Amino acid sequence: MDAAAVIAAHAALGYGGKSVLDGLEFEIPPGSRVGVLGPNGGGKTTLFRALLGEISPLAGSLEVTASISTVAQTDRSRLDYPVSALDVAVMGSLAGMPWWKRPGRAEKRRASEALEKVGLTEQAKSSFGDLSGGQRQRVLIARALTAEAEILLMDEPFTGLDNKSEARLESLIDELARSGQTVMIATHEVEQASRWDLVLCLNRTQISFGRPEEALSKPVLEATYGGHIVEIPGQPDLGVLPAHHHHHD
Amino acid sequence: MIDWLTDPLAFGATTRALIEIAILGTVGAAVGCWVILYRLSYSAESLAHGLFPGLVGAALLGLPILLGGAAGVLLAAALIALVNRFATDDADTATAVVVTTLFGLGVLLALSPESPPGISELLFGDLLGTTDSEIIASAAFAAPVIVLLWLLHSRLLAVGFDQGSGPALGVSPGLMTGLVLSLVAVTVLIGVQALGNLLVAAILVGPAAAARLLTDRFRPMMMLSVVFALLAGLAGIYISFHAKIAAGAAVAGCLVMIYLLAAAASAVAERSFGRTSLNQ
Repeated sequence: MDAAAVIAAHAALGYGGKSVLDGLEFEIPPGSRVGVLGPNGGGKTTLFRALLGEISPLAGSLEVTASISTVAQTDRSRLDYPVSALDVAVMGSLAGMPWWKRPGRAEKRRASEALEKVGLTEQAKSSFGDLSGGQRQRVLIARALTAEAEILLMDEPFTGLDNKSEARLESLIDELARSGQTVMIATHEVEQASRWDLVLCLNRTQISFGRPEEALSKPVLEATYGGHIVEIPGQPDLGVLPAHHHHHD
Repeated sequence: MIDWLTDPLAFGATTRALIEIAILGTVGAAVGCWVILYRLSYSAESLAHGLFPGLVGAALLGLPILLGGAAGVLLAAALIALVNRFATDDADTATAVVVTTLFGLGVLLALSPESPPGISELLFGDLLGTTDSEIIASAAFAAPVIVLLWLLHSRLLAVGFDQGSGPALGVSPGLMTGLVLSLVAVTVLIGVQALGNLLVAAILVGPAAAARLLTDRFRPMMMLSVVFALLAGLAGIYISFHAKIAAGAAVAGCLVMIYLLAAAASAVAERSFGRTSLNQ
């Protein structure tokens, strides 16, 4: 197996010396799809901020061995901004470019290829704000691909998507993982996470980490979400959350 | 008709005013696009008014206006930053208090008995009084602004679109916002001689806001913005010459007219085609 993309060892994360997430102990191989589960305030956002290098571990170590990029929730991006899908994808090329350089033809080509990979070649010239939620999400993924990120963090990417867009995004995540990208997805969808390679359950501490069939037991989910778990029919060991839990922070 | 167009050009003052407004219009319209996209219109206007005591102080002390303006900008920026540290929940009000205080202080100084005549030019500008050396100074300040905007275009665009992505892309959002405000300060310094402290904000906000109504792509927005500023400058100076009204006010009036026309055109387009802009 290749060297791990992300390694956490006894890591504790927090702000101003106060820990909000501890006991992090995991190794994520490249090319994995990792579901990051946990309640609001459970530490998902803090983990992502630490992975992006915005905060340093209070204790232990959190090692990111490859270039990393985040795919923000699209409801945080500006829909009235005068840019096309291609313009947004090109923005990714700024990563690692010296400040006096401007993106040129090579960067535009890379951005076009990224848009092609996410299936948006036809929409390259459309205004970002005119695209559907799912398409906007894929444009932001294209931006991360243009940045040549090997690890992609997605924060609740399925929020607000219709079934078709959701299926499309899920197959894109599969495809990214197949081509070697590590994708970490913060989500509330336990059932969806159970189809990925690894799950990381957080509730102010690491509850469990591993393959879904091992790491997603009912006791784990209860410790992660604090009860209110509904069993999936036919899969008594696996639970799902009541639907009203599907909001995001 | 030809005479109407050529008469003003017989005067050196009008020609110099046209050159000055062309420089100021280009810079103001270009920087203004970022002011609009970064939602910094209020900050830009505050900065313009907040540096007033610096201008008056320089005039009273016989120092170059640019020097006083620069000192005024630094003072205003420092005070705004200071009060915002204490009034984080209502930054706009804190800024308003600082700016009004500074502006009042400037007016107090300007209206003191020792004030030399002509100090009102600081408020309303003296476009037709532009000298050759002022044109050279304007060009010298304008050139690096344009070069910086060109160089950093993609970074400004990326941060304006999504502040949160800045660090991952190696661009500091705070640095980019600071850069836009600094360029606003330089533009105000260029414009204060021509349009005065009260009207200079018009060239920063007017053309870009009008252009924004008509397009949803950045490049055409910036080109339209510059065209609007140049048109308003040209029309304002001609109107000023023939109607014998103050040049700065005429230019500002034309900027407002262009904005209103753009707003009307945008509304008509939306009603007729169900589109929010003309180029989709």
